[in-house]
Amino acid sequence: MFKWLHPYAKPETVYHLCGRLMPWLMGTALLLLLLGNIWGLAFTPPDYQQGDSYRIIHLHVPAAIMSMGTYSAMAIAAFIALVWQVKVAQWSVLAIAPIGAVYTAIALITGMAWGKPMWGTWWVWDARLTSELILLFLYLGVIALSGAFSDRQTGAKVASLLAVVGVINLPIIHFSVEWWNTLHQGASITKFAKPSIDPSMLWPLLISILAFKILMLALLCVRLRTAILVNEQHRPWVKAMAGD
Amino acid sequence: MYFQSWAEFWAMGGYGLFVWLSFGSSYVMLAALAWYSQYQHKQFKRQLSAKLAREKRLQQYQEQAH
Repeated sequence: MFKWLHPYAKPETVYHLCGRLMPWLMGTALLLLLLGNIWGLAFTPPDYQQGDSYRIIHLHVPAAIMSMGTYSAMAIAAFIALVWQVKVAQWSVLAIAPIGAVYTAIALITGMAWGKPMWGTWWVWDARLTSELILLFLYLGVIALSGAFSDRQTGAKVASLLAVVGVINLPIIHFSVEWWNTLHQGASITKFAKPSIDPSMLWPLLISILAFKILMLALLCVRLRTAILVNEQHRPWVKAMAGD
Repeated sequence: MYFQSWAEFWAMGGYGLFVWLSFGSSYVMLAALAWYSQYQHKQFKRQLSAKLAREKRLQQYQEQAH
């Protein structure tokens, strides 16, 4: 398997692969996002307790799930970069961090806009909200650290280290609604139990989650290509490609 | 469609401000990230080909000078 995987660690291969995949990923993501959101906004019944305000779920939950999914991806890339010194993994860490930061910001802002009418407050310092805010700071920390050293390599390494250490926050976010008393409701979708949400609302939600996932990959493709060009600009293959 | 009219759809049962605030700000942030990522890529490509063209001209000039 590693023999088969190995060529994919070569920057030139990744650059072209990302270039080929990007339009398809971006197109699929936009279609799914439109489908999921329009379905969720206009073609599902209102919630029996929360009325139409619950429709924020169709952005809040996808963004929140993928803010953690993106962090796992970034941490795995960081681990590979630190242990096996794979260059493409190292650049992926820095390419993916802004995407995760935006997802986390969306989860927080939509959460605030949902909390105001339902809880009566924009923000409370409870476990779920605070740990998600820390996730945003972790992303910003990775971005800031990578640029804080005059040597780009050192910065990338320190940023990767922070990304790996920050993984401790993921289970805290996930279990925060069970471990502590909180205003935030428990999970509506779980892997093992039957979802506590009606199927008519579940489908558009699952489509939006998939859309956020694919959008993350599409944006990663764009950003990783830039990172590869910046880091490989003195290599013959880049010169040959950009020269003409 | 669970709404009787467009006006009802925009009102979102009285929660219009919060719903549209969420959707509006999310789309703006996603679009900004997508646009900026694409812009950075194109910008760097432009700079790189300009640099390479400059190096090429310099090389040609030096060859002529000999």
